[in-house]
Amino acid sequence: MTTGKLLMPAAAHGRESILRFLLRELKPKGSIITVFNMISIPIILLGAVLLFIRFTRGLGSVTNLSQDYPWGLWIGFDVITGVAFAGGAYVITFMVYVLGLKKYRPIVRVTVLNGFLAYVFYAGALLLDLGRPWNVVNPIIGNSFGVSSVLFLVAWHFLLYMIAEFIEFSPAVAEWLGLKRLRRALAGLTLGAVVVGITLSTLHQSGLGALFLMAKAKIHPLWYSEFIPILFFVSSIAAGLSMVIFEGTISHRVFRTQIDEDHHRSHDDIVRGLAKVCAYAMLIYLFLKELEFVHGQEWQYLRTPMGYWYLTEIIGFVLIPCLLFMHSVRTGSIGLIRFAAILTLVGIVLNRLNVSIIAFKWYEIVRYYPTWMEIEITLAVIASEIWVFRWIVNRMPVLRKSPSWVTDERKSPTPATTKEEIKWKASTM
Amino acid sequence: MNRRSALKTFGLIGASAVFAEPLRAKDKKGDPEFVGVLVDTTRCAGCRSCEYACAEANGLPEPDDDDEAMFASERQPSVTQWSVVNRYETDVGEVFAKKQCMHCCQPACATACLTRAMLKTTQGPVVWRESKCMGCRFCMLSCPFDIPKFEYDSPVPKIQKCRLCWERLQEGEQPACVEECPEEALLFGTRKELLDIAKSRIYGEPDKYVHNIYGEHEVGGTGWLYLSPVPFEQLGLRTDLGTDPYPELTKEFLYAVPIILTLWPAFLLGVSNATKREKGDSEE
Repeated sequence: MTTGKLLMPAAAHGRESILRFLLRELKPKGSIITVFNMISIPIILLGAVLLFIRFTRGLGSVTNLSQDYPWGLWIGFDVITGVAFAGGAYVITFMVYVLGLKKYRPIVRVTVLNGFLAYVFYAGALLLDLGRPWNVVNPIIGNSFGVSSVLFLVAWHFLLYMIAEFIEFSPAVAEWLGLKRLRRALAGLTLGAVVVGITLSTLHQSGLGALFLMAKAKIHPLWYSEFIPILFFVSSIAAGLSMVIFEGTISHRVFRTQIDEDHHRSHDDIVRGLAKVCAYAMLIYLFLKELEFVHGQEWQYLRTPMGYWYLTEIIGFVLIPCLLFMHSVRTGSIGLIRFAAILTLVGIVLNRLNVSIIAFKWYEIVRYYPTWMEIEITLAVIASEIWVFRWIVNRMPVLRKSPSWVTDERKSPTPATTKEEIKWKASTM
Repeated sequence: MNRRSALKTFGLIGASAVFAEPLRAKDKKGDPEFVGVLVDTTRCAGCRSCEYACAEANGLPEPDDDDEAMFASERQPSVTQWSVVNRYETDVGEVFAKKQCMHCCQPACATACLTRAMLKTTQGPVVWRESKCMGCRFCMLSCPFDIPKFEYDSPVPKIQKCRLCWERLQEGEQPACVEECPEEALLFGTRKELLDIAKSRIYGEPDKYVHNIYGEHEVGGTGWLYLSPVPFEQLGLRTDLGTDPYPELTKEFLYAVPIILTLWPAFLLGVSNATKREKGDSEE
């Protein structure tokens, strides 16, 4: 593919119909035979077959879920871990739009897109896990509002947050379609969507933790705490930013041609900034964990197998990456930051799986572990998300700069003009 | 940010606040008129008549009649058996205890249900409504007694559990298990009546019973109450659940929601405004 061609869709389709433009854009760009495609296509196809079996024969046909373990990998990993990983979007938009830290502007779009797709696919994976998914509209359309339920709150927030994220991303779609007036209108909604989005994120990141509050008698005391909501929220900051660092590493290789020199150069600086925020968030998280540990008088559990497992999570995958982040911010080593980000991500997976599966009913004799089919379908969901992500990044200005007409508009902000003048200008666009 | 976009933001926030607001987790606290059942385990002979009656009344498959095989290990209620009798070796020898939904006064399952499919009726039984349920199984995760069971092998799965013979109660009848019990080990009535009876039995024969009624205070009180000759742990009943009603566990979080929904956006907009003004930057 050539970047030159990619940069001009807006101008190119000035006369031709939108429909024809969309049809042309639907076609794959670049080679179909790539390593990623060869791996992901069979995974997605097999996933589709397994899902057909799951929907015709029931959840028991592909999963190891049981009466004792009603929630397994699809909730514990896909939804609960996936949403924590998507936390980068609200943190980055907070930094850029609320705190006005312009340094991070180049990564806003890709992060928001990642967040949006993560919600669509991973929160969407919830539908695969629902026994009676056709009733999923019930809590939305209002024939039965279970307002005392934490899950009710989480469901609504997922829905509203997806809309907010889409609004945040929509200027990129307008730029791709060359719709100048629409772009301006949508860009005007950005701050509102960001504020709503951060608020919703605060509540549903913590809400995912609050789901487990009523499982008090079932979760190991080292993981159960009335502070789970706050712990989930604080850890989602580190989780989201580590994902941004990790994803950025890959994107900058795969989509190298789309990224201009300036962005390439500023990227290391951005990563260092993110590492600093990560380190602080993890320090706060560790402090809260320790506070909870001391208040809960949980020393007695430390010298048990679950206690060693707890220490593995806290020391190996929170304390060590936190120290690595702090150290690498000082030395400026990007490689070390990436390593710390990966350790953090593993730590988040461990923590979420511990709360939802591993430390959940740790006393049972027959434990839950996922079937290969549950893992396969999870991989298929991830692969499909990457496909859509790639499709969008190859077409819309996500990593590359916006088309020139956007920057022109930004450079010459209409100074004190009359309403008539603005109208006149808009009509000539 | 100008006034118009501020209004837009607050409009959106307001709309989302409406959906998250009323939190009525505990509006039926300790209603003395809830009905329930008193189980006197000193009277149960382990005949399992209640199991057969339950199956017949609810159209479930007839239970296995091999008593010895059934008592070999502790059974839990299942999708096809809402009520099971177990035999326990205790300090005073064999004791039988029935296990089914406890019909909590403030049920965790109904609080957890986001579609109100799981419903605490005003009379007391906790019922499940097929047309509402979306099969998320949050009720199963939340229930301290692990009672709701899910049909994993069906493409149109249901949640199965004891409904305290809700339909029979409407017609003025007693729950099927109570009616069939030959030993009068089960007694149906309002919670208040049953607690009185249970206490008078303990006072009348203080050596026969432990001086507690399981379900009087557990998880804020349950519809089913148990009398026992031995500590309740020996009858497979969890005694580590506490006396706080389960909805209390999420109440604080849910109360924080409207506060965050209203204060957080105002704070964010304020910060955003402050940082922007400083730099004289109006770019979106």
